[in-house]
Amino acid sequence: MRNVEIYIDDEKLTVSEETTIMQAAEQIGIRIPRLCYHPDLSVEGACRVCIVEVEGSNKYITSCSTKVWDGMRVRTNSPEIRMARRDIVELILDNHPMECQTCERDGNCELQNLAYSLGVRERLYEGRRKQHPIESSSASVIRNAEKCILCRRCVRVCSEVQGIHNLSQLHRGFHTVVAPAFEDGMADSVCINCGQCINVCPTAAFLEKPHTERVWNALADPNKIVIAQIAPAIRAAIGEGFYLPPGTPCTGKTVTALRRLGFDAVFDTNFGADLTIVEEANEFAERLKKGENLPLLTSCSPGWIKFMEHFYPELIPNASSCKSPMQMLSTMLKTYYAEKRGIDPRSIYVVGIMPCVAKKFEIERPEHFAPAGYPYTDAVLTTRELIWMIKAYGIDFTRLPDGEFDLPLGFSTGAADLFGTTGGVMEAALRTAAEKLTGKPLTDLNFTQVRAVEGLREATIRFGEYELNVAVANGLNNAKTILEKVKAGEKQYHLIELMACPGGCIGGGGQPYPPPGYYVLDKEINRLRAGALYSIDEAKTVRKSHENPYIMKLYEEYLGQPGSHKAHELLHTTYTAREPKGIK
Amino acid sequence: MNKPTLDPEIVRFIETCLEKEHPDSYLIAVLHKVQEKYGYLSKEHMYEVAQRLQVPTSVVSGVATFYHFFRLRPAGKYAVSVCLGTACFVKGADKVLDAFRSELGIDLGETSSDLLFSLESSRCLGVCALAPVVTINGKVYSKVTPQQVPQLIDQVREDEMM
Repeated sequence: MRNVEIYIDDEKLTVSEETTIMQAAEQIGIRIPRLCYHPDLSVEGACRVCIVEVEGSNKYITSCSTKVWDGMRVRTNSPEIRMARRDIVELILDNHPMECQTCERDGNCELQNLAYSLGVRERLYEGRRKQHPIESSSASVIRNAEKCILCRRCVRVCSEVQGIHNLSQLHRGFHTVVAPAFEDGMADSVCINCGQCINVCPTAAFLEKPHTERVWNALADPNKIVIAQIAPAIRAAIGEGFYLPPGTPCTGKTVTALRRLGFDAVFDTNFGADLTIVEEANEFAERLKKGENLPLLTSCSPGWIKFMEHFYPELIPNASSCKSPMQMLSTMLKTYYAEKRGIDPRSIYVVGIMPCVAKKFEIERPEHFAPAGYPYTDAVLTTRELIWMIKAYGIDFTRLPDGEFDLPLGFSTGAADLFGTTGGVMEAALRTAAEKLTGKPLTDLNFTQVRAVEGLREATIRFGEYELNVAVANGLNNAKTILEKVKAGEKQYHLIELMACPGGCIGGGGQPYPPPGYYVLDKEINRLRAGALYSIDEAKTVRKSHENPYIMKLYEEYLGQPGSHKAHELLHTTYTAREPKGIK
Repeated sequence: MNKPTLDPEIVRFIETCLEKEHPDSYLIAVLHKVQEKYGYLSKEHMYEVAQRLQVPTSVVSGVATFYHFFRLRPAGKYAVSVCLGTACFVKGADKVLDAFRSELGIDLGETSSDLLFSLESSRCLGVCALAPVVTINGKVYSKVTPQQVPQLIDQVREDEMM
């Protein structure tokens, strides 16, 4: 790789010949307008917004897809290039509904921001516009092709990051539409509901299925006891919705905001996470003893679970039968808590506040209904939806005092906080498994070797006589890599943590759209959000799930032992192979 | 979508593709063979091609819908072909085509839900004096007006009933 000398807007700079014009311009502080471009996805060159003038070329050149050459002279701004860019965006808008004021993305739409910053102030051409029905068969993701501008970011994230290949461009020309195979509904496709298409979409062509209306109605119903539970990743990201810097922990403010919204009780999904660890560590120890169904695959991420059901049904026996922390807590709320308080579980309305879109699908799975026919979780709000509700109510979030979770199902250990980030379930599980397997207390609680910032990490952990090969994967393309290794049988893995979303739950499909200065899927945002969770863990005195005193009490009063018959009945679940089959 | 139904010869062809360097690059060739055999690409066959060739189903669907050559529904028993050559066009063939569209409820390249009609267009049959010209399974109808279209269709349906 050699260096070349180029000029951008008369400024001379030396860059590697592998650099694109867009990247080179960024080095001198010029951010060329762009739309389809995403730094972590393949270069598409579909939108043409990032065009520049290059001396000697008789046409405008897309700066995202063109590498520099020695002596290149680039002009990023001139009256002509600004007009050309404006025309391009005007033409995109001419085939886009003019519904900004009533659109979910109003105020955080990349197309809207771009049109404003390029000076589009009028619409010159009125003509035929594409017409497509809104596709809302999925419990999690709504597809609105009329708002799609064909940038293909969703297609790329679905294939390149998640390895699902559910979305593709179908038909051609004016009739082009991004959809699953055969234009089937998302519910009938291999979609695993991760919601990364929602995250990367510059407009509102993909959105989560809203549960806000049903939650407002439940909150207004005097006959319902409305209970919130918040996932660990919420506290690390919700502040971004209120202009706080990424990575600001907001546990206490979120609790207070939920009480103001009218929730009768606020519990912590972390309690469910501690419970998951206790059950899963027990399951792991048993499998290890029997040498059966190893490696154990974690089961907290409903996106990963559906991925397994479509793509790796042969590995279903390896998956932990533990319900996800949200479902464990919801089940305990409608059984243990209801009995303890003497209330009819049917009058309890449980709302999960989740960074996750797949959770909306999870609560509709028939396995997650009580034998009497009611769901254990009634609604799931994404971080974005909760932020919207807080704003809609008029709550001044940043000035709220810190609140405390209700007891007993609101107390959690530091291990549980880690569930929100990649490697966290593994670290929490190892803290408990180590003590369970060796019978001795751990000295160092931090398993930094499993913090998989890079998407896939393997480690060998030794406690006493045990030597455990573990792996952590986030983003399902990484999951494919490790599962293929498992199937090849080169090495005996014992425990593998899998999370569907890049970075784990902190990078979930329901998290806030990135604040100014960051981009979607920005690893820096995930690093800051994870940092918030690690700092919460460090600050807690109880940091091992099995030492949560309320968990011990729950077993004493209600469940008996980890893995008991009752625990199995209430805290474990089953999986099924699904059609259509995914292509690995 | 479980039962594999592809012709054994096509399955063998896919297997030879899998031995080559970029099996996915044979997708179009495989789809050609499927259409040649069955007259169109059914959803079940495309799904099976995806599974056997290990190409994502969405990509198979994308390719099949991109090229006009591929039919996604079986051809109708009667192929209605409207000439859109210059002479027919200036004599109002576009309005005749519209009449077929609305009467049959299908667009060009599609087949009616009763599988009786498919709608196609052609370019100049060399009988411009008779413009606009429509053929139904090869039989030529001359100087067709949009008003006559329902009648033409009814006639075919009646013949079919007998």
